[in-house]
Amino acid sequence: MLVSLFTGMVLGLQSYHALVQFGAQGTVGTLVALSLIREMGPVLAAIMITARAGSAITAEIGIQRISEQIDALHTMRIDPLRYLVSPKIAAAIISFPILTTVFDLIGIIGGYISSVILLGLNAGTYFHSIEASVKMKDISDGLIKTIVFALLVSAICCYQGYFAHMRTDGRGAKAVGLSTTSAVVISCVLILISDYVVTSLLI
Amino acid sequence: MKTPLIEFKNVTKRFGSRTILEDVNLQIYEGEVTTIIGLSGAGKSLLLKQMIGLLKPDEGTILFQGEPLDTMKKTEVATSFAQMSYMFQDNALFDSMTVYENVALPLQETTNISKAEIDRRVLVRIEQTELSDAIHKFPSELSGGMQKRVALARALITDPRIVLFDEPTSGQDPVRKNAILSMIAQYQRKFGFTAIMVSHEIPDVYFISNRILALYDRQIVFQGTPEELEKFDHPFKDEVIHSLEGLQKELTGLYSKRQFKILNHVQLERRRSGESYCVVVFSLSGLEEIISSLGHDAAQEIIHAMGVYIDKHFSAIGGFSMRRKSDEIVTVLPFSNLEETENLLKDFVIDFQKQGIRDIWAEAQNNAPSDKCVDFAIMAGIIQGQPSDEIDSIIESAIPQQKEIGRLQCAAGE
Repeated sequence: MLVSLFTGMVLGLQSYHALVQFGAQGTVGTLVALSLIREMGPVLAAIMITARAGSAITAEIGIQRISEQIDALHTMRIDPLRYLVSPKIAAAIISFPILTTVFDLIGIIGGYISSVILLGLNAGTYFHSIEASVKMKDISDGLIKTIVFALLVSAICCYQGYFAHMRTDGRGAKAVGLSTTSAVVISCVLILISDYVVTSLLI
Repeated sequence: MKTPLIEFKNVTKRFGSRTILEDVNLQIYEGEVTTIIGLSGAGKSLLLKQMIGLLKPDEGTILFQGEPLDTMKKTEVATSFAQMSYMFQDNALFDSMTVYENVALPLQETTNISKAEIDRRVLVRIEQTELSDAIHKFPSELSGGMQKRVALARALITDPRIVLFDEPTSGQDPVRKNAILSMIAQYQRKFGFTAIMVSHEIPDVYFISNRILALYDRQIVFQGTPEELEKFDHPFKDEVIHSLEGLQKELTGLYSKRQFKILNHVQLERRRSGESYCVVVFSLSGLEEIISSLGHDAAQEIIHAMGVYIDKHFSAIGGFSMRRKSDEIVTVLPFSNLEETENLLKDFVIDFQKQGIRDIWAEAQNNAPSDKCVDFAIMAGIIQGQPSDEIDSIIESAIPQQKEIGRLQCAAGE
């Protein structure tokens, strides 16, 4: 919430000072909303979820792997992919769009606080510009990105935890720590790369 | 000839450039307790993991009921593994689940049994493994022994045909170790499953094992009964069995069967012909009733305390003792004739009735429910032998001579 609030506030502040030079401060709402809905919301929300939940997924599965809990599932004829991994991927596909939508809304409120409350822009102008400029395609494109990110982040984090025991650079608890770091780094990099790829396909 | 339930043919397993198992050949037979012994890191757990399909051999074949696993259809392999259950060395309990949830998981996830039936089966197993008080606790809140019992309950919940036990007694004290072994033996008799166990507990595993497999230098060097292992002449015995038996003496005060025989031989070699020695065989009567009333821990505590008490009394006069069966302790008095031994035993009985049996009961009560009590008696029989006599036949002939030397009765407290 804080990240989205301050992201929106900074967007509002920067765009107001840039646009006021051309007398176009009335489009601050457009800039804030479109930036958030099409790009910053999905990307920043995905990075935040990776840091918060992705790392937890890797650590949890990694510990289950090194303490032989996953082997125990195999011996009980319980498929670990079905029992441990699938629910996490499903949860990510459901939660990423919801959390990104919340991120976008709070970001727009942040833009309102900086541009309307602090800098004196007209509130009607702010909201009207949002309503006039944001199209359904902007929202759906943003949500498509969130689903791509959800699949990437959950798969990478589960994979890193699941194969923590195969690492050659560490064993046991150290391997879990290294896997968690790898999961976060790889996820963040792939979020940015896939963002470009998806944007270029959707635009 | 009987077809083995599981058979390894020339199985080799490598990790990188390290060969852990090389051309391993072994047979496991249905309905038996088979124990794999060997030094730490020899690859014993690896054998079990290949049996249950967690690892695949790099070379060689594993056969299940005479059928090679690598030529079976996927569904047949799955059906074969479905008959097995595995108790991990470190338990592998799910730490975010309670005892109940851990035990119920295999039934909830792999069967269509109703919730009420799952509840019933889980509660029965939990009660059998003496975990009723811990049913809603998490594994981290339990002692090592209780965690082992949860793992055992989980391994048995699906009524498997084959149970693999990977060092089920690791990290336990001597009494608890024997309690777990006794529990495995009891369940094996009761449910009739085939037990395959990896263990270091020599000689305790001999009491419950039908067959012993010895893993040494990447190969199975011995397959046979515990009695056959006694006669087995191989460097394995010096390096593995002697070191493990030495540790056992340090922990329990009693000699292993093999140590006992060597000591007996050495002591009697020194005697001139015509000089006699005596053997006293002590037995605890009603072990099964003690287990069913007080539990495995308390039963093993009684046997352990009895062994310690006997050893303390007779070792002062040159006697040495061993645990021969789960409920039998044999003491050799190499320098005493029958009359002297009878007098020594009389003194022992007076001490034992006055204090010993109370001490033993006090030890048992530490591990038994406070409201439960059980009657039990301790018997002793003396026989005189000559140095030329076989020790085993001397011991056997002492058993008919046994008389009751002490009894604990619940009401009287003695």
